[in-house]
Amino acid sequence: MPLEINGQTVIPFKGVGKHRPEGRKYSPPIPTCSDFPDDGNKVVGSLEEALRKCGIRDGMTISTHHHLRDGDLVSNKIFEIASGMGVKDLVWFPSASFPCNDPIIKYLDDGTINRIEGSMNGPLGRYVSDGKMKGTAVLRSHGGRVQAIQDGEVKIDIAVLAAPTADSFGNAKGTGGKSACGVIGYAKADSMYATKVIVVTDNLIDLPCFPMEIEGNYVDYVVVVDKIGIPEKIVSGTTQITKSPDRLLIADLTAKFIEKSGILKDGVTMQAGAGGTSLAIAVFVHDILKKKGWKSKLGFGGSTKYMVKMLEEGQMGFILDAQAFDLDAVKSIEDNPNHIPYPVFNAYNYHSKGNLTSMMDIMILGATEVDLNFNGNVVTHSDGYLLHGIGGWQNCLHARNVILSIPLFRDRIPVIVDEVTTLCGPGELIDVIITERGIAINPLRQDLIDSVKGSGLPIKTLKELKDEAEKICGKPQKPHFDEEIVAVIKWVDGTVIDVVRKIKS
Amino acid sequence: MKKSIAIAGNSGSKVRSDCEITLELKNEGGIIIDLNSKVIVLYGESIKELTVEILQFFGIKNAVVKITDTGALPFVIAARLECAVKQLIDTDLEYLPEFISENGYSTTRDRFRFSRLYLPGNTPGLMINAGLHSADGIILDLEDSVAPEKKDEARILVRNALRQINFLGAERMVRINQGEKGLEDLHFIIPHNVNLILIPKCESADYIKRVDQEISKIKSSLNLSLNLNLNLNLNLNLIFLMPIIESALGVENAFDIARASENVVGMAIGLEDYTADLGVQRTSEGKESLYARTRLVNASKAAGVQPIDSVFSDVADMETLKQNVLISKALGFEGMGCIHPRQIPIIRQGFAPDEAEIEKSKKIVLAFTEAKSKGLGVVALGSKMIDPPVVARAQKTIDLAVRMGFISSNWIDNIPTEGKL
Repeated sequence: MPLEINGQTVIPFKGVGKHRPEGRKYSPPIPTCSDFPDDGNKVVGSLEEALRKCGIRDGMTISTHHHLRDGDLVSNKIFEIASGMGVKDLVWFPSASFPCNDPIIKYLDDGTINRIEGSMNGPLGRYVSDGKMKGTAVLRSHGGRVQAIQDGEVKIDIAVLAAPTADSFGNAKGTGGKSACGVIGYAKADSMYATKVIVVTDNLIDLPCFPMEIEGNYVDYVVVVDKIGIPEKIVSGTTQITKSPDRLLIADLTAKFIEKSGILKDGVTMQAGAGGTSLAIAVFVHDILKKKGWKSKLGFGGSTKYMVKMLEEGQMGFILDAQAFDLDAVKSIEDNPNHIPYPVFNAYNYHSKGNLTSMMDIMILGATEVDLNFNGNVVTHSDGYLLHGIGGWQNCLHARNVILSIPLFRDRIPVIVDEVTTLCGPGELIDVIITERGIAINPLRQDLIDSVKGSGLPIKTLKELKDEAEKICGKPQKPHFDEEIVAVIKWVDGTVIDVVRKIKS
Repeated sequence: MKKSIAIAGNSGSKVRSDCEITLELKNEGGIIIDLNSKVIVLYGESIKELTVEILQFFGIKNAVVKITDTGALPFVIAARLECAVKQLIDTDLEYLPEFISENGYSTTRDRFRFSRLYLPGNTPGLMINAGLHSADGIILDLEDSVAPEKKDEARILVRNALRQINFLGAERMVRINQGEKGLEDLHFIIPHNVNLILIPKCESADYIKRVDQEISKIKSSLNLSLNLNLNLNLNLNLIFLMPIIESALGVENAFDIARASENVVGMAIGLEDYTADLGVQRTSEGKESLYARTRLVNASKAAGVQPIDSVFSDVADMETLKQNVLISKALGFEGMGCIHPRQIPIIRQGFAPDEAEIEKSKKIVLAFTEAKSKGLGVVALGSKMIDPPVVARAQKTIDLAVRMGFISSNWIDNIPTEGKL
């Protein structure tokens, strides 16, 4: 475990709930109205002009949000401009990255960017795992990102926030316009804590832009462009439940488990991701709620049309929403007063006076690996390569009942291993593993084990499941690493829970 | 040598759990392997070891092997490599993967065959988890779902699959090709504990007899313990036959076909080919195939075998499937083929006796038992008279319900006195 990363001291993981931070929250410099136009018109000619006016310099931290998903046209542009200006060693601090950000590799190569503190998918992940990035990558959960911003662990110099709708004062929201994405809550912390804030929109409207997800009082400049994103890639026209029979089997088993164990009940609060399997689970759960005449008190999104259906048909009281995954969700946010934008700023931050995650009854998540101690990994595969970010996964582990619904093996790669390649979440927080070949319950949860005795569900030990997979796939070898650390994994409280080393060439 | 470069298997962006192998024999240089694999870090070494082992098994010392792998399990790699080898050299050797102990089970003649899941014989990705979907039987298909140029590699894959994949108690079936090719297919499946052979486009009892003869020939010439690593007397392990009637001529000869061998346990109908043979469109209403279907049911029942209905090909339409299953059952069919796992629960539910049927049957059988014990000649349920055939049908339903575990075999002892009529 390193003591210093990117020139900053780090605190190693102490255990769940053991780290008590000290000191006060970070804050940006105090601005003054005398520096800003009286008419409230902060529009400037171009993104480049805005960046120059913000005084972009070597070594600065630039942040962006990911609400435009794979249709984002803004993030890459920032670094294209910076590269053109000859700026070097920037730190990119996105709330997540997508395949559309693969071209950023160019700016890592030419030294414009020193490192990424955020997620690293696909080619970006491989680039980092191969040791090509100058600085050390830092991966945080959504909540961890907010924690880092508020604690000053990351001091954002310039936040560049794409907004589907904005007014000239800088008030902005995620609905309206041709690039609507629903909500832009991930930008909230950035807007409040960055030294300089630029709002980029392709839909400038008259004052007031309401509701104000970003408040203009925090904004320095507003830039108007033709397109901030590609609509079809921002939100899916429609999300679909998985068609894979194997994944449907896992979804079915998951629904049966939560029903038979009794954790699914009237008034339940729950969250599931937006992957095909999770959506299928949502559909099955909806059927059960309907059949029993029950209602979920609230669900937390990333929302999709399936969650919206539950809301509209009366099986869900409220949706608190951090991001919208499809057009139905966007529309529901616009039209339905019970569909409430609720950023991770509020839902996930661990350095706050309580957060939503521990109040949730059922959390259904995925993982790349799980080990015999129920520890989980979401950032690397068993081949050692970084492949995606943490998202809200670590934050969600604090729910009352955490279920990982995962296939036993994916294309010959076993998911249950002796020891996770990268520790992202400690086993004490993971309650149930549900695979297509059986269900394993954490021995710490005797109550759950008792609740499904005699239920007819295929309950096995993790070891039994692991052996089953290895019999089919063969016993895998482990990847070889160099000493060099290429990325650190932060826990929700800012401590370092694990590191990722360079793949041996 | 037959050709200089062999190629077997599948690759491409949509392919998973499979591999494509290119093999070129050389005169020197040893065995050179160019491996491109999704799982190279985890299994690269073992894949290379396996490749060398197999080539050595076939006596090949010098070759260049290129493998493009998307997570193929070892038995799949072995099948592809064996196919490539056999394109280049003549050999009778077979590289047989371990026969897992779970695969030694046999099935019975009167087993429920409500649902049978078709699996394309050259698509390993769909086979691995097939057993999880609780179909009564799985069909590894060598016939229509395998392209002509892929039939050689499919046979070897199916052979290896029979040995290595645990289908979790599902009846292990293979649909062989027509004609001579089908008889050759038998050599790849009989020694590996296939439970049932589906014989497509069957038009005459003769072919059934030929299949029977070929199976006996193979069984008797086998040195069992070598192949199965088990002390299994193959003669005790029955291999059943299920002809598929897919033409007008087949329909005419249905009764003869059903009686052609004592190993025939069921007869299926293939409506796509049948309606094509008639020159008509297949409709969901099915009027055009009513004669064929009822004839098949009749012939099957007369011969004492299970009549099995055709697959329903619209995988997205669950509602119509449900309707079709009910009609199918009402006509006398005892099962249906499926082409997608999501059809299985609906088909199973449709053919299995439902609660209302079971309750009604219980009442009838009870009334019959009571009447018998009182020495009465007439069975009555309330004011209605119950004829013997009705009692027989009710008893059959009860038997089915008991066998399926819906009710216990001594259900009749557990009826409280007040409940008796």
